[in-house]
Amino acid sequence: MAPILSIDDLTVSFSQPDRSISAVRQVSLAVAARECVAVVGESGSGKTQIFMAAMGLLEGNATAQGSVRFEGSEILGAQAPQLNRIRGSKLTMVFQDPMTSLTPHLKIGIQLAEVLVCHTGRSWSEARIAARRMLERVRVPDPARRLNQYPHELSGGLRQRVTIGMSLLCEPLLVIADEPTTALDVTVQAQIIDLLRAMREEVGMALVLISHDLGVVAGLADRILVMYAGRIVESADSAELFRDPRHPYTGALLKCIPTLSGPSLARLPTLPGQPPQPEDSLDGCAFAPRCPRAAERCRTERPLLREAGNAGDRGSNGIESGSSAIENGGARRVACHFPLSP
Amino acid sequence: MNARVAANAGVGTNAGDSAIDVLLRVADLQVEFGARAVLRDVTFDLYAGETLGLVGESGSGKSTLARAILRLIRSSKGSVVWRGRDLLACEPAALRPLRRDLQIVFQDPLASLNPRMTVGETIAEPLRIFESALNAQARRDRVGGMLERVGLAADMIGRYPHEFSGGQCQRIGIARAMILGPKLLICDEPVSSLDVSIQGQIVNLLLDLQRDVGTAMLFISHNLAVIRHVSHRILVMYSGRLVEIAARDALFEMPAHPYTRALLAAVPAAPGAAEPIAGPLLRAEPAASPAGADFGCAFRDRCAYAVGICGTTLPPLEEVAAGHWVACHRSREFTASPPPPKD
Repeated sequence: MAPILSIDDLTVSFSQPDRSISAVRQVSLAVAARECVAVVGESGSGKTQIFMAAMGLLEGNATAQGSVRFEGSEILGAQAPQLNRIRGSKLTMVFQDPMTSLTPHLKIGIQLAEVLVCHTGRSWSEARIAARRMLERVRVPDPARRLNQYPHELSGGLRQRVTIGMSLLCEPLLVIADEPTTALDVTVQAQIIDLLRAMREEVGMALVLISHDLGVVAGLADRILVMYAGRIVESADSAELFRDPRHPYTGALLKCIPTLSGPSLARLPTLPGQPPQPEDSLDGCAFAPRCPRAAERCRTERPLLREAGNAGDRGSNGIESGSSAIENGGARRVACHFPLSP
Repeated sequence: MNARVAANAGVGTNAGDSAIDVLLRVADLQVEFGARAVLRDVTFDLYAGETLGLVGESGSGKSTLARAILRLIRSSKGSVVWRGRDLLACEPAALRPLRRDLQIVFQDPLASLNPRMTVGETIAEPLRIFESALNAQARRDRVGGMLERVGLAADMIGRYPHEFSGGQCQRIGIARAMILGPKLLICDEPVSSLDVSIQGQIVNLLLDLQRDVGTAMLFISHNLAVIRHVSHRILVMYSGRLVEIAARDALFEMPAHPYTRALLAAVPAAPGAAEPIAGPLLRAEPAASPAGADFGCAFRDRCAYAVGICGTTLPPLEEVAAGHWVACHRSREFTASPPPPKD
């Protein structure tokens, strides 16, 4: 089956007065129908900019090269009228901060109904009924009253339920959720994760989950892509990634997460050094300066994203092409000359 | 000391551990913003050299408590007794010399540094104020040594905050707070704005400095895993009140307040980790503005275990086991085995 979204060789650069910096470098990935793919990385790793490029939401000084196909059609660089037929209906986005992604001066009911009026041509009264039903589906208590309220009258968790409901109104094929729980308290975060899980079952959309928190995506994602310095460094089935990380960065990141078990009042495992700045020139592996396994080769030759365990003989072009990713059920790939052993 | 404070003096202490040196005794502290009390009846002790974790959701009053202790905001009631002196009753002139022992590290590392001061000037400022007898060279040596102690190069002394990353700025904020060797360091979400690979570096630095200097810490975080890692004892706040106080292991092994149980259960577990607490815990989301509950338990609308009395009577903070204090009408049932949730 063809993927819903396939991104090939995407590079996103920002031009600044004195230089150009690349936030995303030659990223390729594919998302299949009903699949949940998590894109995980630290701030500045480029995870958000991949999907801002896909949605046509890049800043004015940014340029994107490569290809982004949604349902087989190229959408990278498409004009607004073409994009607007897809955005908000078949391809939707949920942002981190539900206060700033809702319009403060419009009632919830109008904001929800407007989506249906614009995209499906329904009447306002029909759209309002559908909006109320959607609030019920995303477990907003007392939906009829909420329709007449403004965003500031709702708690953060309820606002995020509203934006998730809004993203699902036109039965999307793909929802991109960018740090959907980061602005929320931990008890509310757990409730929103439960909601996203339930919506995947009920609505059946594909879901891209962008997050800095491996713990948050663990229970939700089928597949996890780990990003570092603008590139995908590892791609694996979710459970496999936690059980058996292959990239030294993934391994170190997993060890760094403080947990509710294990020794306390002891030193936490750490990753020494700092992530590279986007303007740093990177001849070899971007992680080499922080990597305990790095050898001379790592500093001179950039490792390609290859199938793990068969270094060199398969996936020799080093690029995760959309079709093979699907055929292999999301095969393990790692960009490292000396991956961790299983 | 008024009668109310005296009555509360034992709350949050380790019964029978009177030998431990009480550094800070907060009693009955209340802070009001306009007509609304955002901090109510907060009473606890902090011992010399210990790390007291403070956990709660946004809006629960964690940062307000930190600021009220340091008198950065005005309290309307209560006392903050620091080594025998009530900071809230001190004249400003009498308070100033005490401040060298009371330092704070803020959440946003860049915003808490003056962008127009070099790193050296920022870290030297406490020395200029409290150790004015030092000559320039001695001050420079102290600052350079402190920079190296927090993991930065001494030759970065002339740089400005914008030249550093978030993690490095937090190291600078810690250097500024620690250069006088304070007896109490309040850390208000010191790692929340940092990437996970940097968080561990900062937590380790704080633990190392505490070991070397013997500083007590009030460590505020919404991240239970971080709190568990650094704390000897833990305070749990909800809607401006302390709802549970316990030693670390007691809190994680036998959480007695339904809110604490919900917090623990909400921490996302990596695959393969132990199952969190089972059973229904929360019934609803927090209200956009928590009710000004002057009667009853503020958590009752979200609590899966709420019964009639929870809506009428404020649960007092009671000791359910040695050193383990809980404000819940049903807490004694939890410490035996979890009661059946009310439908």
